[in-house]
Amino acid sequence: MSGLRKGSVAVVGAAESDLGLVAPNTSPLDLKAQGTMRALEDAGLKLSDVDGLFVAATQTRMGPMAFAEYLRIKPRYFDGTIIGGSSFMTHVAHAQAAIEHGLCEVAVIAYGSTQRSVSRAAASPREYNYYESPYRPILPISAYAMAAARHMHEFGTTREQLAEVAVAARKWALMNPKAWEKEPLTIEQVLNARMVSYPFTVRDCCLVVDGGGAIVLTSAARAKTLKKKPVYVLGVGDALGHATISNMPDLTVTVATESGPKAFGMAGLKPADVNMVSLYDAFTITPILFLEDLGFCPKGEGGRFVADGAIAPGGKLPVNTSGGGLSYCHPGMYGLLVMIEAIRQVRGECGQRQVPDCEVALAHGNGGVLSSQCTVLFGSEATL
Amino acid sequence: MISLTEKSPLGTYIEHLKKGELAYQVAENGKAIFFPRAVAPVTGGTLEWRVSKGLGTVYSTTAVHYKGEPPLNVALIDMDEGFRMMSRVEDIDAMDVKIGMRVKFRTHPGDDKQAPYPVFTPVAEGGAR
Repeated sequence: MSGLRKGSVAVVGAAESDLGLVAPNTSPLDLKAQGTMRALEDAGLKLSDVDGLFVAATQTRMGPMAFAEYLRIKPRYFDGTIIGGSSFMTHVAHAQAAIEHGLCEVAVIAYGSTQRSVSRAAASPREYNYYESPYRPILPISAYAMAAARHMHEFGTTREQLAEVAVAARKWALMNPKAWEKEPLTIEQVLNARMVSYPFTVRDCCLVVDGGGAIVLTSAARAKTLKKKPVYVLGVGDALGHATISNMPDLTVTVATESGPKAFGMAGLKPADVNMVSLYDAFTITPILFLEDLGFCPKGEGGRFVADGAIAPGGKLPVNTSGGGLSYCHPGMYGLLVMIEAIRQVRGECGQRQVPDCEVALAHGNGGVLSSQCTVLFGSEATL
Repeated sequence: MISLTEKSPLGTYIEHLKKGELAYQVAENGKAIFFPRAVAPVTGGTLEWRVSKGLGTVYSTTAVHYKGEPPLNVALIDMDEGFRMMSRVEDIDAMDVKIGMRVKFRTHPGDDKQAPYPVFTPVAEGGAR
């Protein structure tokens, strides 16, 4: 993003809260706090070091207030921007700006959700919209389904290619002990699963589980003094497209076409420089769209790009090595976990699923119904 | 600038629907605008109401599966005047609604809780029926 400096800040702590299904009456704030303390421990920092707080959650509408009350801290800088699952990537940009300008020095970006425990309807109630609600789309699923249908119509993308995305995610998930899904998945199982909103079966859709986490950012100078090897923010970019699917001009083109170039431009990098990508996979169509819109393949080629195990372990591009929102964890607004996996890959902490020599990782967030798109490029010291 | 104490954009739209009309707005440059607004997007200028001829083309479509119900169509319709809206194509199985299909507007009357809203039916081969 213009105005921000490549590598001026680094991630020094990253951790998930407990994931999956938490104990009855656990609150989203409990998960945020647990994730925050784990991330601070990861960084070798204390709660009293935190002077910047960034929070977005559907269950805690006035997020920064509620979380500051819970922790009894008085952050010098706070931000509750909420633009869906990509909110946390935008928080990285805002935290970087705040740190560069001395408005805070240690920023925590935190999330927590208990949507599996309390039901999705309770955790994220839909707003009534006269122009859409009477038709009873299952939102957000039906919006993404119509994007997939249009992609199939224009480019010949097939349901089998969509299913490849789910199968690849499952293969990665089987190498991640924290993943929700533990059993193998085949293309036939995806295609024959319960139909939800054509062309999507339930296996084309992300998990509905509890979870959360936090990351800690600080200045590059301070990062060098801390416990772990810093993971630098090389580039960030964000863009707002629309809010409702009826107002998206072309369902096959997202504003990742804007967020991507902003992030790559700031970093002075191109897609070929990226060693692994972490793409918000709320539905099987989304990685396909983002691979195209971020420049990893030409528009319309995403379906063919992911075919034949190309994004699965051993394929040509490691995508969503955690198992993604489809098989690892999707607690409603998944963007924070998208970044945590990219950060861990740059640190070399991913064990069996570690991408060799991972110096640059891209984390891409999506919010609403393909509405907000935010891209962050993370890199090791060697990439500065 | 319109007065919002007398009439709302959605209120005007619903009045048209009750008369069996699908209304939309045009900006000063003639561009069709939907959904109805108090202010023209981009320019911030004024908007004028028009009534659509009611003909459009399916831009995308899905069949929604609710438990215990037949599949329900949800579609995005590109109207000939140049605006897009979400709607439903009726009188046809949800899975038979195809991208590119020509469709014609009619008012769904709604009920006690729901104001009237526009739905569509397939246009018979050879033109509007």
